[in-house]
Amino acid sequence: MTVTSVDTDYHSLTVTLIADFDASIDQVWELWSDPRKLERWWGPPGYPATFEKHDLSPGGEVTYRMTGPEGDKHHGVWRVTAIDPPASLEFTDAFADSGGAPLEDSPVSVISVRLLEHEGGGTRMEIRMTFETRADMERIVETGTVEGLKQAVSQMDGLVAA
Amino acid sequence: MRTWVSFLDLPVTYNNMVVDEVPTEVVDEVFRALADSTRRDILRRCAADEPSVSRLAQAYPMSFAAVQKHVAVLERAGLVVKVRRGREQLVHTDAAAVERARQALDELEATWRGRVDRMSNLLATGGTK
Repeated sequence: MTVTSVDTDYHSLTVTLIADFDASIDQVWELWSDPRKLERWWGPPGYPATFEKHDLSPGGEVTYRMTGPEGDKHHGVWRVTAIDPPASLEFTDAFADSGGAPLEDSPVSVISVRLLEHEGGGTRMEIRMTFETRADMERIVETGTVEGLKQAVSQMDGLVAA
Repeated sequence: MRTWVSFLDLPVTYNNMVVDEVPTEVVDEVFRALADSTRRDILRRCAADEPSVSRLAQAYPMSFAAVQKHVAVLERAGLVVKVRRGREQLVHTDAAAVERARQALDELEATWRGRVDRMSNLLATGGTK
């Protein structure tokens, strides 16, 4: 099991997920820092992501679109608030228009990623998500259900590829 | 296993329920309602009991109108239901709405579990080489 623990705090509307990968910290970091790798896992099955702008520096922007099965496009934008390669990354994530500008009525979620290499090898990733209401909720409603149903499929894909 | 018990101190257990689509506006209202500590406290009281609005108002250092407003926000989110009994308005929780909120959070968890699985697969299949 990659996911070691998930702690959902209904009081503060925070989800904290800890995962352990059998890979070096640099390999895990590349999943975030290389847009071509990032887009292979960000979108749920059926909604592949394409990252356009990818500026991982403080104040930098990352823009992406996810394309649904009907050809429907869902745009999003990150604003990087802090980065310390390969150990940590903090950003906000919001819905955006097709030009990558955050939607006015799309409050933001705050995502904080921490990586720590284990002494015996392998890397721990901690992701902390704080809800700030609508944007996240919309995303859950839009893609969460799909995700839940198709999660098993993605795992099988991985096994087939192996 | 987390349940609403940690949040509401409710002796409630949920079975696996049929997963419905959660309309965005509903989720919005629910999270707005839960974002306030007074409203969460009201929700706890209403889950344990079926207090009247006036009895609730006595429990907080604020005006009757202010408490009434909090109850209205909870009501709009579908978290509580007001029932008229005689001259009193009794407030009780809507467990199904609480369940919908819980479900929304759990779906976010599922989203990230999916992402982590895909990350893991990429690493395992040499997608990062």
